[in-house]
Parts: sequence; C-alpha cells; structure tokens
Amino acid sequence: MAVSATAKQEQPRVVLSARGLSKSFGAFMAVKNVDLDVHHARVHALIGPNGAGKTTVFNLLTKFLQPTAGSITLLGTDITKTPPDRIARMGLVRSFQISAVFPHLTVLDNVRVALQRTNGLSTQFWLPVSSLDRLNARADELIESVGLKRERNALAADLSYGRKRVLEIATTLALDPKVLLLDEPMAGMGQEDIGTVSNIIREVAKTRAVLMVEHNLSVVADICHHVTVLQRGEILAEGDYAEVSQDPRVRTAYMGTEEA
Amino acid sequence: MSEMTQTAAKPHIERSATASRTYTIFVIIGLAALILAPMFFYPIFLMKLLCFALFACAFNLLLGYTGLLSFGHATFFGGAAYFTAHVVKEWGFPPELGILTGVVGAALLGLVMGFFAIRRQGIYFAMITLALSQMFFFFCLQAKFTQGEDGIQSVPRGHLFGFIDLNSSTNMYYFVLGVFLIGMVIIWRFINSPFGMILRSIRENEPRAISLGYSVARYKLGAFVMSAALAGLAGGLKSLVFQFATLTDVAWQMSGEVILMTLLGGIGTLIGPIFGAGLVVTLQNYLATSQFPVTIVTGVIFMICVLVFRRGIIGEFYASRLGRKLGFEHRR
Repeated sequence: MAVSATAKQEQPRVVLSARGLSKSFGAFMAVKNVDLDVHHARVHALIGPNGAGKTTVFNLLTKFLQPTAGSITLLGTDITKTPPDRIARMGLVRSFQISAVFPHLTVLDNVRVALQRTNGLSTQFWLPVSSLDRLNARADELIESVGLKRERNALAADLSYGRKRVLEIATTLALDPKVLLLDEPMAGMGQEDIGTVSNIIREVAKTRAVLMVEHNLSVVADICHHVTVLQRGEILAEGDYAEVSQDPRVRTAYMGTEEA
Repeated sequence: MSEMTQTAAKPHIERSATASRTYTIFVIIGLAALILAPMFFYPIFLMKLLCFALFACAFNLLLGYTGLLSFGHATFFGGAAYFTAHVVKEWGFPPELGILTGVVGAALLGLVMGFFAIRRQGIYFAMITLALSQMFFFFCLQAKFTQGEDGIQSVPRGHLFGFIDLNSSTNMYYFVLGVFLIGMVIIWRFINSPFGMILRSIRENEPRAISLGYSVARYKLGAFVMSAALAGLAGGLKSLVFQFATLTDVAWQMSGEVILMTLLGGIGTLIGPIFGAGLVVTLQNYLATSQFPVTIVTGVIFMICVLVFRRGIIGEFYASRLGRKLGFEHRR
C-alpha cells in the first residue's frame, strides 16, 4: 500500500506556523491576528461557524491570498512572500472546498499529473504521452490505496462526489507533501466514504502534518489531535477536542446546537 | 454507493481506441487528397490554403489547448513573412534557412509578447496582445527593411537544399505540403506530450494545477511561444509562396481572420482549423472576382456559426451521432 499501513507514528514538531496573521478586504477584517502551529505527525482541525475565516486562513497559508499582516514559516523558512506554486514545491499542498480534480482526465491521468512534476516529466513537449507510462506503477499504488482501483480508467467527471474527493487526496499524496491542508475533505460525503477518508487521513498523518477544516464534529473528535476554533476571524479557543468542546464560549458560539 | 458509481463510470480507454482507429483512416484519406489535389486545383490556391490552415492550427494550439485568446497573432504570421522575405531577398538565404529565420524571429516576438500578456487573463490578455501587435504594425510601417507601404516585393523562391527548383509550382506545392505536415506533426506531438498534459490540466482547473506546484505562467508562456513559432512557420512559407511580404499580413484584420477560421473549424480539435481556413480562403477566392463584398459574407457566416453551430464544423461532427459512433468525442 502506498500509504504504508505499517508507518510508525513519528514525533510531533512544528512544521508550519503563523504569527499575527491578518487579512482585510477593505474595511472588513476576515482574519485577525491568528497564531497557529501545525505539528508534524498530527491532525490539526480548524473549526468554526460559517464565515469564521477558515478558508481565508487556508488561502493565506498557501499564499493564494497575500496576508495584510503577520508572518508564515514553513519548515523553518519564511514563506510570507513566496508564490503559491513554490510553496507547493516546498511540500505544503492544499485541497479545495469544492472538489479539485481535472474533470476530463481519467482517474489515472489525474494522479499522473501530480507525479509528472515530482518525476521531472512535465516540460518535455517532444516526448509522446506514452512516456508517462512509467509513472503508472506508482499511480496505481496510490489509486489502490484510496480504493479507486475499479474506477482507474473512468473520467473524473463521472465519479460521485465522494469519490472525487478521494481522488483528490490520492493526487495530493502523489506529491508526497510534508504538510497537507484539507479544506472540508468530508463535505457532501456518504457515511461509507467518510470512514474511508478518515482512515486515509489518520494513516497519512503518521508521517506528515495535516491541517483540516471540518464541519463534521464526530470526524474531528475521532481523528484530530488538536483543534483550533475560529470565530469572526479570531481564535476563540484551542486544545484537544475534549478541552475545546467543554469550553463554554465555544459551546455558545458553535457547538451549542450540535452534540458530538 | 460505490456499486452505483461503478456503473456510472464508463471506461474511457475503449472509446479512445476506436477514435484513434477512425482517426488513422481519416488521416490517410486526407493525405491522399492533399497529394492528389494539384491535379484538380490551382496550386497557388492550394498553397495559400495550406499556409492559412497551418496558421489557424498554430493559433488553435493557444486558444483550443491552452485556453488563451490572442488578438495579436498577425504579428507572428506577418513578422515571420517579413523576416523570411528579407533574408532570402537581401541576404541570399536559401528557402529552408529563410523560413527557419522567420520561425526564430516569430518565436522571439512571441516570447516578448507572451511575457507581457501571460500575466493577465481573458479580455485583458486579448487587449494586451492586440495593443502589442498594433505597436508591431507601426514598427513595420516605419522600419526601413519592410519598405513601408510597398512591402518586400519579388522575393525569389530559390532552390530547396540547393537543387530542388521551387519556381516550379509543383515542386513548391509539395514543399509547402511537406512543411505543413511537419507543422501538424509538431502540433500533434506537442498536445500529446507530457507538456501537453500539464497544459490540459491547467485549462481544466488552474488553481488545482498551481496547488500541485506548477508555475502556470511558464507553461502558458511555453505554449504561447510554440504557437507563435508555428504561426511564423506559416507566415514565412506564405512569403515564399506569394513572393512578397506586406503590411496586410501584420494588420489586426489578419488576427481577426485567424480567429474566425479557428472558430468555424472547431476550437480545440486538431484538424478543425484546417477546414475553417479552407472555408474562409475558398470564399475569399470565390468572391474576390464578384461584386459582393467578402467581409459581409464572412461576417454572416461568423454569426451563423456562433448562433447555430458553436462547436465549429469539426466540433459539431465529433459531437454528432455519427461522430460519436465513430468513437470521437468533443470536450469543452
């Protein structure tokens, strides 16, 4: 299996951190002074009500948005001014809230597009497409590890929503990232797929850092080591799930209605 | 749930296998037609058609396969025509080197224009390319070597590789056909290469391509330069066919014409622009002697195309029942 089932839980250490992160759109402060530490070998959840700024924080961390103030450090390097594609090459790879697959490519090609970069097979315009076949072994491994083997030659557009998200994770893992940012990986998924994805994330996080935005609190309780609660762009509470879910401010702001 | 997914997801590979078989048959028929064509048609007309077909295919490489609408491709076509004409006439270059000069010149122009335009998208991209190509037009109007309004006249066709006399129109036709086919093979390989795969992924989902670590701008620039170079190949060839290079080739109308050809033939289909160019060039030839203004006819055709067959001639064929039966599919 690609996501090696026998991977040992490694020791946590900070790999991605943000200090005083802020973003304003005109007069509106979407993110205010957020400090965040993401640890290696840990699943970190970012939760909060709608409009709390979770996705904005994601966009800031991956540099799809430029922060108004604050700094971001990835693996000891300041990336506050680094462009998003370079950040991806440094090992910080994100997923999107809406499923991000290449719809008119097959499942296999979707994964291969990611492998093309790490294998230096992306600029050759004189080679035939069949030169990419040597990526198939690794691609198949990844496809199998997320349970998409039977859909290997189907177009991504023909997959169900949940399967698309799974494909997206396989594509992301193809880059062997050090830090994974998953924006609502379970949104719109059936119960069966949620179980699969939870297992994949848990396995993946043994050897890398995962930061995820998630609304499904039972998933958060189940797989996340650390939870940060955002409200109106600010950090409301932090800690493990048990601590956070007991926090009265969090309960009123967010969890009051939902029993996890 | 995954059972349902299974039935919904059709295997994609079988369909493409049928398509490639029919494609091969069509290509053989097409080749035979092109080889035999000079027996039935006026060679100059055929050569003009091939030059514009190549130009349109080069343009389509950018619009259809990269998703960038350039409004300045006349710069590469006409620029290369000037370069080729100049080095062949004034410096005595042989035709093959002359065309190569045109290609290199167009690629360099493409690099400059692409560098400025690639950072913007949609209408802004189109406007930047238009503005830069207008600047190049005025450069050509003023520069000495282009000989202003007169253009470079009576360019010698010379001898290919020193021994094939291109003044014979049969020889010239097969030379043009050869270059055209080389151009088509380059385009085909380009879009079916590892690089082409990345271009496709960028067109399908640009933010995702960025998040996978691709510097999208560089890939777009690569496609832009390739498209410019191939447009230059067509332009250089054209200046040898007609033995002149004039301001018409660098004017913005030429940029518009190539868009029309590509749209009519079918954006994002490999051979569509050939048919689009064929239609436009035939109309121009046919109507040139009549009282009826060509621009009105092409304008009306353009409107009909946009209203009725938006996928273009070949695109509609691929999407039709017959086309699907033959294994084609139309994406977009």
